[in-house]
Amino acid sequence: MSASSATAHAHDVHAGHHELGFVRTYIFSTDHKMIARQFLFMGLFMMVLGGLLALIVRWQLAWPETAVPGLGGILKETGGILEPSTYNMAFTMHATIMIFFVIMPILAGAFGNFCIPLMIGARDMAFPFLNMLSFWVTFSAGLIMLSGFFVEGGHAAAGWTSYAPLSAVPSYTGVNWGQNIWCISLFIMGVGSMMGSINYITTIINMRAPGMRLFRMPLVIWSLFITAILLLLALPVLTSGVAMLLFDRTLGTSWFRPSGGGEPLLWQHLFWYFGHPEVYILILPAMGIASEILPVFCRKPIFGYHAMAFSMIGIAFLSWIVYGHHMFVSGMSPALGMAFTVTTMIIAVPSAIKTFNWLGTMWGARIQFTVPMLNALAFVSMFVIGGLSGIFMASTPVDIYIQDTYFIVAHIHYVVFGGSIFGAFAAIYYWFPKMFGRMTNTALGHLHFWPTFVFFNLTFFPMHIIGVGGQMRRIYNPMQYEFLQHQQHWNVIITYSALALGVSQIPFVINFFWSLFAGKKAPLNPWNANTLEWTAPSPPPHLNWGATLPTVYRGPYEYSSPESRDDFLPQSTPPVGAAGARRH
Amino acid sequence: MLDWWLPENVSTYGREIDWLFHLIYYITGVTFILVFVTMLAFLVMYRDRPGRKARYTHGNTTLEIVWTVVPALILVILTLLSVPAWSKIKMTMPETDFVVQVTAKQFNWQVTYPGPDGKFGTADDKTLLDEMHVPVNKVVRVILKSQDVIHSFFVPNFRMKQDAVPGREIRQWFEATKPGKYEWPCAELCGFGHSGMRGWIYVHTPDEYGKWAAENLKAEAAAPATAEAKADDPKKEEKAKK
Repeated sequence: MSASSATAHAHDVHAGHHELGFVRTYIFSTDHKMIARQFLFMGLFMMVLGGLLALIVRWQLAWPETAVPGLGGILKETGGILEPSTYNMAFTMHATIMIFFVIMPILAGAFGNFCIPLMIGARDMAFPFLNMLSFWVTFSAGLIMLSGFFVEGGHAAAGWTSYAPLSAVPSYTGVNWGQNIWCISLFIMGVGSMMGSINYITTIINMRAPGMRLFRMPLVIWSLFITAILLLLALPVLTSGVAMLLFDRTLGTSWFRPSGGGEPLLWQHLFWYFGHPEVYILILPAMGIASEILPVFCRKPIFGYHAMAFSMIGIAFLSWIVYGHHMFVSGMSPALGMAFTVTTMIIAVPSAIKTFNWLGTMWGARIQFTVPMLNALAFVSMFVIGGLSGIFMASTPVDIYIQDTYFIVAHIHYVVFGGSIFGAFAAIYYWFPKMFGRMTNTALGHLHFWPTFVFFNLTFFPMHIIGVGGQMRRIYNPMQYEFLQHQQHWNVIITYSALALGVSQIPFVINFFWSLFAGKKAPLNPWNANTLEWTAPSPPPHLNWGATLPTVYRGPYEYSSPESRDDFLPQSTPPVGAAGARRH
Repeated sequence: MLDWWLPENVSTYGREIDWLFHLIYYITGVTFILVFVTMLAFLVMYRDRPGRKARYTHGNTTLEIVWTVVPALILVILTLLSVPAWSKIKMTMPETDFVVQVTAKQFNWQVTYPGPDGKFGTADDKTLLDEMHVPVNKVVRVILKSQDVIHSFFVPNFRMKQDAVPGREIRQWFEATKPGKYEWPCAELCGFGHSGMRGWIYVHTPDEYGKWAAENLKAEAAAPATAEAKADDPKKEEKAKK
């Protein structure tokens, strides 16, 4: 197949594409790439909201009970000062939005949709209509979640974990419809996620290009495959849980209310049985993204491909039997706690394997410090810190002390911001040329990365320190406690850093929109990468390739191979001497 | 270095928790330094320069086995070291004749002493609000309950934490080693008044405790008001203040 015929066909397809009309192309599109862009825009918009909520929380913790700048117009009665109930709402919604409407839509939604067909050599998802439905269901869930801010009594304020019975009885929080809306929105989100995960799994199993054996799949596809399986199995547990919670609140059932014979710990078991696989749903795609980007800019094969794939499978299995470590001091049987310690310690092993393999990839490499690479390196290093701090919690006696303190807050942000968000940034910078057909601006990329990296650490590292000092999470005012007053200066430092971290995102927003319209046109393969998406035009047309799909001859990480004069050898390039000339 | 951060420990089992904390701190600290120094060295040594060619390798089985087995061994050892402290703190209940009942509610700790008859649920029970008095070097058994939502009994200086779950009675213990006044916050989000829900635990020398008990537990035992009603009064006052 020649390049010109591919272009000609692409034009044909493109022309047909236009006939679909604006609505079918940009709104109710069944094209996996458009759905990916929709998920990305939704996630980025929600990230602004989630970030602002975090800054409101930080302002209150550094300068308790002073007016938050810019909130005077919204909180008219208090002149911009947060009340405890508003504060509880702010951190509850910060976490809810970031987890369900930022990281999941961006990593699993946008990059799952974009990468899976393009990287396995398929024309689209197995069920394009279901794919479209999945986005619009998730989008509706997002709108419903946002509507909660406008109801009387405010939005949910029982934490993103919504422990019953606090969340189950309106009078305990004073929140009525806010919590109901929280349940309804997550229920719908769960349905949307299920549609997506079925689609991902089916597509990966059935629609790989000729020659794309399972162990020739790029690691990001492995990670998305495993994530989809976890989503399929974990989300229904949350979906059932929030339905039961809603019934307790509105229909008078007593799943979680002891006054009617219910059991508060049942909620925690359901929530964390979903919640721990969820943590890996958030981090596995980022691991895959890092494993994809590191070899490209190390110009070297990934170190231990099979170990990388199997360690992700190992994490996926173990993630089901570690959830009890969230409940060591919950009143759950201490003997059970001991069993969960064992599994929790074991799950650190595959993570260690991955880290050492990433280091092994850098060993003897030829490292190019591009913007996606810097973000991927940030992912690796921050994930190391987040992984190591997890060992403190795995040790049950130590967890007795640090449970519910800022040490936990520091840990989750190193994993979910340092891990997932840096992974998301890496993916955006890496695939932007293919997704939108234009390059991002490198100078602005550096201006975004470096301050983000520095202020991320200045924001979240000191949280370990105040956590060890005993500061509890979710408190409104640390100055109410004598034993915390001596470390209040840290809260001020953290808040200044968080504000700077927020400001550091401005270059990203400028870069994103400027590049979208005025960026340099992207070539077919700007990074000299091996995987299949770089053989499709930038941006790929509807159905991705021309008349013929690519055929796969080798694994995805053949960089600096002696077989090739270039330092890369694409998966679809026929071996020298095989029938047919080399492409191009 | 950690001793500057951790609040002073004044309980018997706190020492074991702190010891494990320090052990993990040093193990993870050394790992952190090794990984970061290696990574930085690689980033500098193997940066892209003219003429540099990357090494073409797919892995090294021996290395991969080593870095699987070594962390696994360290983690198994950490697990084994965690077991005794955990089972001492949460799975065994030392013999004691000193029992108090703590019932958490939005947003107070209600501390009930059994009174001279040594039994709960009788007329001579005595309930205090947000304060507990105990003698030093004495095992104190706490029967922890909640009457509304989940709260968490947290005494940073004792390294003690346990959720109070409505519908359950959870037995805990501690033994304080130094007289003093220790802050006792709630560590689990329990509503809009969660922040500021805290009490004080007063650890007395045996003599002082005897004096305190004589004045506060026995003298008022004959008072006609029930413990429940008394517990409610201060709360109402507090609400009125707000």
